[in-house]
Order: sequence, then structure tokens, then C-alpha cells
Amino acid sequence: MKHLFILLAGLTIGFVTPGVAFAQNNTAPLVSDNPALEKRVLEVSNELRCLVCQNQTIADSNADLAVDLKNQVRQQLSEGRSKQEILKYMTERYGDFVLYNPPFNAATLMLWVGPFLLMLLGLIVLVRQIKQRKQELSKETFSAQEIERARQLLDRKLGNQ
Amino acid sequence: MRRYLIPFVIFLGLFIFLGIGLQLKPREVPSPFIGKPAPMFNLPVLGKEQTSFSPDQMKGQVWVLNVWASWCVACREEHPLLVDFAKTHSTPLIGLDYKDKPEAAQNWLKQFGDPYRLSVSDMKGQVGIDYGVYGVPETFVIDRSGVIRLKHIGPLTKEAIEKKIVPLIASLQS
Repeated sequence: MKHLFILLAGLTIGFVTPGVAFAQNNTAPLVSDNPALEKRVLEVSNELRCLVCQNQTIADSNADLAVDLKNQVRQQLSEGRSKQEILKYMTERYGDFVLYNPPFNAATLMLWVGPFLLMLLGLIVLVRQIKQRKQELSKETFSAQEIERARQLLDRKLGNQ
Repeated sequence: MRRYLIPFVIFLGLFIFLGIGLQLKPREVPSPFIGKPAPMFNLPVLGKEQTSFSPDQMKGQVWVLNVWASWCVACREEHPLLVDFAKTHSTPLIGLDYKDKPEAAQNWLKQFGDPYRLSVSDMKGQVGIDYGVYGVPETFVIDRSGVIRLKHIGPLTKEAIEKKIVPLIASLQS
């Protein structure tokens, strides 16, 4: 939603003051006047991590490098390159870390499998506990005296009500 | 006894993992360039814009590429170390002036000293992107065959130069 708003705001500014908005910029414009292209730029930018701010995508970030990389994405998309090609271009330069959605490989194995392993461990502990408790309960025996006392307690409680 | 031991072991495990986690430097992303050929470029030399420089010209020698900019505050921090390095070592030090104005860059070098054999100006930052630069300053050590052997992210420290860079250069030259 936020992206859409920024995109619309950007496009509106672009349409209302085309000459001004772009002329002030010596570098590539912040948004092109092609909404379909901008949508693709956002889509690809959302998959790339900003290395300066690390917990943001380059779509969310306004860091210099993020803006440069967004321009790079825009340029390559307009040259007809595919998303996969652009992601590869970025990975070759910045490593897997640049992918906001980490790939599944040896280095990220624990990242992907870890939570499931922990869940499995939790389940095993839970099942064992339940079984143990059941066993303990079934082993428990009561003397005639204890049963009589329990009955008395229950009766008294019922009687009070 | 066992009831206390298990939580304690879990606590110890967490303690060790978190302790290790605190020592890591998340800003230093492992570079995919180590062991790969340095990307090619051809850029004008700062101050002598008619001439250009390309990593090809350094084939056959070990050299250091340092990415800097006059707008970069952390570069001021490491600069005296580079000036010192250039005085005491014969290894060529090439500067990559990243997203900078040539005039500002030249003034900066005049003010703080110029340790570089030459600097190239990468005004648009394209070569920076090709080298995976994301935080200036960054330093690369490149071997005789043009392969990147080390990347240092952030300002150089005396320790990094003495313990990492100088020994590496020595081993690459031998």
C-alpha cells in the first residue's frame, strides 16, 4: 500500500511538473513515466536488500546506494532484462546477502531448517512428557482409607452447595 | 539435580551462541569477489582526465585498490594510515574516487596528502557497483594475475594493515 502511494505520488508529481522534476536531476529520474515499468522496478527492488541499511529493501530505502541500485534495476529492466538476470547481476557483486529472500544452500541451511528442527524437538519433548505423566497416573494406587477420605471430601463439597 | 541441570545447559548454550553473535560484524558482508578476477574498467585519471587507467595495466604486480571520496568522513580517519603506507611500502596504491566531484577530490588530496600512485574518478559510481562497494572506504588487494585476494570494508586500521594487508602482500609477492 505504501509503495503504491509513493508510486502514485511520484507519478503525479512527474505528470504535473514534467520539466521541473526531471530537469533538476542530472542523474536518472527517480521515477520514469511508464507505470508498468515502475511496477516491475518495485517488484525487483523489493527482493533486494539495501546493504547500507541491511534490514530494508532497496525499494524502501533512500540511501544513496539504494537509489543507485534502483536506477540500475530500472535501466536493466528497460533494456529488456529479466528479473532473474538482474538478481544474478546483483548477487555477483554483493553476494547472496543482497537477496532479501535468502536462497536455500549450505550456508543458509540452518536458517531454513532450524525452526522446523526446534518445533520437532518441542513436539518430541511434549509427547514424552504426556506419555510419562500417563504412565505415572496409571501406576498410582490408593488405599481403601484414601478412597474413603476422597469420597468424604467430595460429598461434603457437594453437600455445601 | 537433573531438573536444574537441563535449564542450565540450555542457558549455557544460548549464552555461548549469543556471545558469538555479538562478536560478529553484520556490516561486513562476505564479498563474492575473493578469488575472482577484479572487474575491468577504464576510467579517467583524476587530475589528468585525458589519460585513463584500467586494471590491465597492473598485470604482473600486486597492488592495492582503495575506494575513497572527499565527502566520506571515515576516509579521513584512514587517510593518514594510507599516507604512511605509501611512504614505507613500494606496493602501488591506486585510488578509486567514488561518486565525487573531481575538483573537490583534488582539493581533498591537497589538504590531506596524496598517497596514491594515481586515482581514477568514478563519478557515476558504476565501477563501485561492479566492485560491490556499499560503504566507502573499501580496500582491495589484487594479485599479479589480477585476482582479488582481500577486501576490507570500512576504514583501515593500523592493525588491519599490519596483520592482514602487509603479510598478504608479502606472501603474494614471494
